[in-house]
Amino acid sequence: MSFINKPKVAKLNLPRNELGLTRRDYEGAMSTLCAGCGHDSVTAAIIEAVWDLSIAPEQLAKLSGIGCSSKTTAYFVSGAHGFNSVHGRMPSIASGASAANRALYYLGVSGDGDSLSIGYGQLAHAIRRNVNMLYICENNGVYGLTKGQFSAAADIGSVTKKDEANKQSPIDPALTALSLGGSFVARSFSGDKQQLVPLIKAGLKHKGFALIDVLSPCVTFNDHEGSTKSYAYIREHFEEAVHADYVPLRKAITADYKAGNDMQVALHDGSYIRLHKVDESYDPRNRAHAMEYLRAKQRSGEYVTGLLYVDPDSKDFHDVNETTKRPLNQLPYEQLVPGNQALDKILSRYR
Amino acid sequence: MLTTIEHVDRVNDFVIKLANVNGTGSASANTLLMKTVFRMGVPVVGKNYFPSNIQGMPTWYEIRVTKDNYMARSGRVDIMVAMNAETYAKDIREVSSGGYLLYDSSWPRPTLLKRDDITLLGVPLAQMCNDHFQGVRARILLKNIMYSGVLGALLNLDINIMKALLGESYGAKKSLLDANVKALEMGFNYAKDQLNCKLPMQVRAMDNTKGHVMIDGNTTAALGCLYAGATVGAWYPITPSTSLMDAFKSFCSKWRVDAQTGERHYAVIQAEDELSAIGMVIGASWNGARAFTPTSGPGISLMGEFVGLAYYAEIPAVIFDVQRVGPSTGMPTRTQQCDLLTAAYASHGDTKHVLLFPANPEESFYLAAQSFDLAERLQTPVFVMLDLDIGMNDWMCADLKWDDHFKPDRGKVMNKDDLEKIDKFWRYYDHDGDGIPYRTLPGVHKKGAFFTRGSGHNQYGGYTEDSKDYQIVVDRLKRKFDTAKKLVPKAIMHGKGDNKLGVLSVGSCDGAVREAIDVLKRRGQHVDYLRVRAFPFGEEVEAFLKSHEQIFVIEQNRDAQLKSLLILETAVEKSKLHSILHYSGLPIPASFVVDGISKVLEDEELMRALGLV
Ligand SMILES: Cc1ncc(C[n+]2csc(CCOP(=O)(O)OP(=O)(O)O)c2C)c(N)n1
Ligand code: SF4
Ligand SMILES: [Mg+2]
Repeated sequence: MSFINKPKVAKLNLPRNELGLTRRDYEGAMSTLCAGCGHDSVTAAIIEAVWDLSIAPEQLAKLSGIGCSSKTTAYFVSGAHGFNSVHGRMPSIASGASAANRALYYLGVSGDGDSLSIGYGQLAHAIRRNVNMLYICENNGVYGLTKGQFSAAADIGSVTKKDEANKQSPIDPALTALSLGGSFVARSFSGDKQQLVPLIKAGLKHKGFALIDVLSPCVTFNDHEGSTKSYAYIREHFEEAVHADYVPLRKAITADYKAGNDMQVALHDGSYIRLHKVDESYDPRNRAHAMEYLRAKQRSGEYVTGLLYVDPDSKDFHDVNETTKRPLNQLPYEQLVPGNQALDKILSRYR
Repeated sequence: MLTTIEHVDRVNDFVIKLANVNGTGSASANTLLMKTVFRMGVPVVGKNYFPSNIQGMPTWYEIRVTKDNYMARSGRVDIMVAMNAETYAKDIREVSSGGYLLYDSSWPRPTLLKRDDITLLGVPLAQMCNDHFQGVRARILLKNIMYSGVLGALLNLDINIMKALLGESYGAKKSLLDANVKALEMGFNYAKDQLNCKLPMQVRAMDNTKGHVMIDGNTTAALGCLYAGATVGAWYPITPSTSLMDAFKSFCSKWRVDAQTGERHYAVIQAEDELSAIGMVIGASWNGARAFTPTSGPGISLMGEFVGLAYYAEIPAVIFDVQRVGPSTGMPTRTQQCDLLTAAYASHGDTKHVLLFPANPEESFYLAAQSFDLAERLQTPVFVMLDLDIGMNDWMCADLKWDDHFKPDRGKVMNKDDLEKIDKFWRYYDHDGDGIPYRTLPGVHKKGAFFTRGSGHNQYGGYTEDSKDYQIVVDRLKRKFDTAKKLVPKAIMHGKGDNKLGVLSVGSCDGAVREAIDVLKRRGQHVDYLRVRAFPFGEEVEAFLKSHEQIFVIEQNRDAQLKSLLILETAVEKSKLHSILHYSGLPIPASFVVDGISKVLEDEELMRALGLV
């Protein structure tokens, strides 16, 4: 380490958040992904959301598995600790990290390969455990990093660049989360920042496991005609059911509330998610309804997007475990060790 | 069996073996008998040979009464309690000459296998239970207590202690207690009236168990975790490691819950598999909590990829491997030391790990606690290598003690103030020349932020594919392993070190080896004995290997894994090392070690070839 403290050059004229930080303070290393890759747009949306929420960089922990998508945790918020773990196993790292320190924001980034094949089990169990984290699945229908094999998210009939058609039914991360009791389930598109940024904010603020399935095209291996994960196809089949806006605590004004197509969901810290139902018949508080709706749309080849289901009052891992409020990693040793006298007492059972 | 250990006197020095069917409640009788001996001040040890099954398979329990405090199996059986008709033929064969066999004589057997050199004692146990107790289940359970009463009379056990123990177990339920005491007395009185109780095997009160407990190593390891300040435990159930986490949970529910709020100062997570369990440990340790996972061989195999990540990204992790018989599912309820090589080099690529080898439950407590200091000091996974014998059997151990002034070594972690003072943090840089870099925890300071990765990285923490930058880091990791040699617990030496012959062993072989050395000594054969307690091996191991001309390496696996490690990791000449390998799945008996060593010592030709005569 170099032990000299260099003065920071102030960046002028850029908008600042509550901490006095600019968006540039939330940037990371230069992306090494292909130009036009959907994942880079998701990175930009994350930077915007975290900056706007005024989360101190060191209060965020960024976790990922392996894949082009998983690399992106290096490309945002360089002031946050990052953990690029092993393929498909980020949920267990996040579960342990969150168990040890409940006070941080946990943001996991994964791909459809990382999440739905090798890591499907870990994803499922992190959802069940309701680990307090935001999990973004950057879904391009292929394994980008290993050069374009189909992932389990590939739709039936979608073709590769070599003109091979997928014949196996797809795994939908949103339906998966819904069926496993996920407490926050959303879908979005890397090309729709308007929709994505508020979802990321709401997901970070949600207490419990928040999943956002982000359709995020791979320009190199899955953006051709015949692919159901290309920019063109997604734009055409993108259907927003519920638009969500995150309303921070300081701005919460209930007077805005309009019945009918609009509803408000209060989060545990007093902030709100304001929902605008684009499809009036949609009910984002009804799990069975959401699943039915998604299945029907899936059959007709549409991507339903928006905040698909939310239960702001679900019990997260720490609620269930009844963990002390103070993060476990900050409990003083003296409080953890019962001492020699207690040991003697414990041993009396074994005489 | 070639030789057995010579015994002159059987007072406080004999073995009872109880053959039963599992699921019939025989465990309570085993504990009753063993604890009675213990409370009479006579050293005792129990070994459980149980099936991987819930009900209906044969199960055995061996109780060794040992005035000399020998904790291994002796290799003999003086009294067989043959309660399982299915295994009767095998059981009668096992009784040592001059021994006794107790059987249930309720039903006349047309052809009862006998032996001329042992005494058969028949007691109509089932008959008496049927006559005096109601209910099928109660009759089955009380039969165990009844034969305990019979043994009480035969062996001269203190019946008041036996009753007191029953009171401790069933005190809350009077009717149950009464039935148990009645069964005990019926057995006791039957034996007094009907049998000749002048057996050579007798228990005579001593004063040699004060300051001791009867405890298993999974329980003490759990206590070690509690006292080390571990707050996160993640696991997936697997025999024989399950009781470690059960014990940790139960200790935490008593000692780690806020009295006012009921809030827990710990988190135990039952993971979906061992991959996830080790991932959780790594995630929690990365965040600065002390975290551990107990498992056994199959779990270790699954954890491989993550162990390599923790090694390369330098994240502490404590893994308890309660070894059982492999390969594959193997024999889950039998013991072996068969994961030494797997654990030492777990994961792909150049990896090496720190292993600790407790020899008994007492050491399992202290090494469990120390493993967290080592993992955090060295920022690497540490394996505590238990086995089923240590983990699940009740051993007599000296009382565990805790130094209330103990401060855990949390290693080189930079705090907020440290980070304020520097300009840039370099995660993998060797500032101190000991191969150990500094680490930072999430949430402390943005200057401490770095990117943890299992992919190639340079000493500053950045991604790299540059050969030189890559090598700087992996070469330092090697130096860190050299530092580990100095920090791990030292091997323990018995003997003055001036013998030509050495014995080197590990873990739960210790009891058998020490007893065997005593036997050899009485025969005028002298050896030095070194018990390694950790990998990497320290200088003292190297010195022992150098200063002895021939060395017996005693371990419990087929492939001589400890010997292989010695050959790979020390300067020893391969030809100096002679393996004595026990891998039946039962704990190694002292007689096996005596035989193994004697076979060489008594072979004059071989001894000449080895240059020892
Ligand atoms: C155990 C293991 N097996 C295989 C791989 C090779 N691998 C790297 S990334 C990847 C697929 C990534 O796909 P996805 O998660 O969809 O990410 P994308 O690149 O599409 O963003 C595979 C199979 C690996 N890193 N580890
Ligand atoms: S290969 Fe595909 S997923 Fe990977 S960076 Fe390029 S465009 Fe993105
Ligand atoms: Mg993909």
